[in-house]
Amino acid sequence: MIAFWVLAPIMVIAALGILFVRKAVHAALLLAVVMIGLAVLYLVLEAPFLFAVQIVVYTGAILMLFLFVLMLVGVDASDSVVETIRGQRVLATLCGLALGTVLVVAVAQISLGPVVGLDEVNSSGNIEALANILFSRYVFAFEVTSALLITAAVGAMVLAHRERLTGKPTQASMAAQRVRDYAESGAHLGPLPSPGVYARHNAVGTPALLPDGSTAESSISRVLAARGTVSPTPVDVDPVQRAIDEGVQDAPDGAPTSLNAPDGVAYGSVPSQTGTSPGQPNATGDRGSTEGDHT
Amino acid sequence: MSLVPYVVLSSILFTIGAVGVLVRRNAIVVFMCVELMLNACNLALVAFAKQHGNLDGQIAAFFVMVVAAAEVVVGLAIIMTIFRTRHSASVDDASLLKY
Repeated sequence: MIAFWVLAPIMVIAALGILFVRKAVHAALLLAVVMIGLAVLYLVLEAPFLFAVQIVVYTGAILMLFLFVLMLVGVDASDSVVETIRGQRVLATLCGLALGTVLVVAVAQISLGPVVGLDEVNSSGNIEALANILFSRYVFAFEVTSALLITAAVGAMVLAHRERLTGKPTQASMAAQRVRDYAESGAHLGPLPSPGVYARHNAVGTPALLPDGSTAESSISRVLAARGTVSPTPVDVDPVQRAIDEGVQDAPDGAPTSLNAPDGVAYGSVPSQTGTSPGQPNATGDRGSTEGDHT
Repeated sequence: MSLVPYVVLSSILFTIGAVGVLVRRNAIVVFMCVELMLNACNLALVAFAKQHGNLDGQIAAFFVMVVAAAEVVVGLAIIMTIFRTRHSASVDDASLLKY
């Protein structure tokens, strides 16, 4: 009974969490907590076979299926907060409270009598006893279960199958499309700028800085932008910019090394980088011209 | 030792699952709440199996798990199909039959 009184509050809190968390992944993890708690309770209730099945089938297979689908559906699957039917949420909560009160009060008033217990039935082992019943009295239901499972598997395959209306895009067709876009609308032909270039960090969430200190939007993955995890513009851009401006002012009468920003951001190395690699004008020169276009 | 607390916990979990089905908008979370209700029923079945001293309740819980697995597979495939055509996993967006 100790296990019950420890686990029951945890399970109820986790189940309530499913109602309130915003993200579906968190709901799935809370459901896993409830299911593992139930598995332990099965063990307490002398059902070791169901304990194993609960862990393997529910937390192992079904919840992983949920997580797979969550990953396929993606980040924009979060719950909307707007009510489509007015007052529906309040009514649902009231009905739920009424149902819960009725159930709990009714169940708490009954007396179940002395617990018979499963010691006698499980004397030759719980799994053997279950198998004896399953393959004698319930053998027809067991066989029908196989038909149900095969139908579910075939049905899932039919539902998830997608007929392609057009051919799969190949690398050659995508390259041809890019060149066509370049010819028609002048879209940039080369690869997009990589994130963090010319910035203070090399993390993928850090946008590349353009020569004038603004950020290059195209250097950030669309997924990161949708999630809102893009790092803001580094705060020390302005001092760098100031240092660059001073360096430019100093340039006529000073050494060319004064072009370098004092804290190591080699803004001044941008022209020298393109200048020192004349052998590969498309490799480094292209990126410079790309960002020049964006400004 | 009475087994009534187990049945009470089962009813509470069932109620929470029912409220979740009514309140949540995301089809996948609604589905999780249905699973929660099935699990709550399983707990009651296993508790009554111990109460009455025979294994029929555990067999029933076992069959509920099998049916739940089949149901989850088909249901998630349906949610995937709806998401592919309507680009949303919200239960409110699948309202074409309404009008």
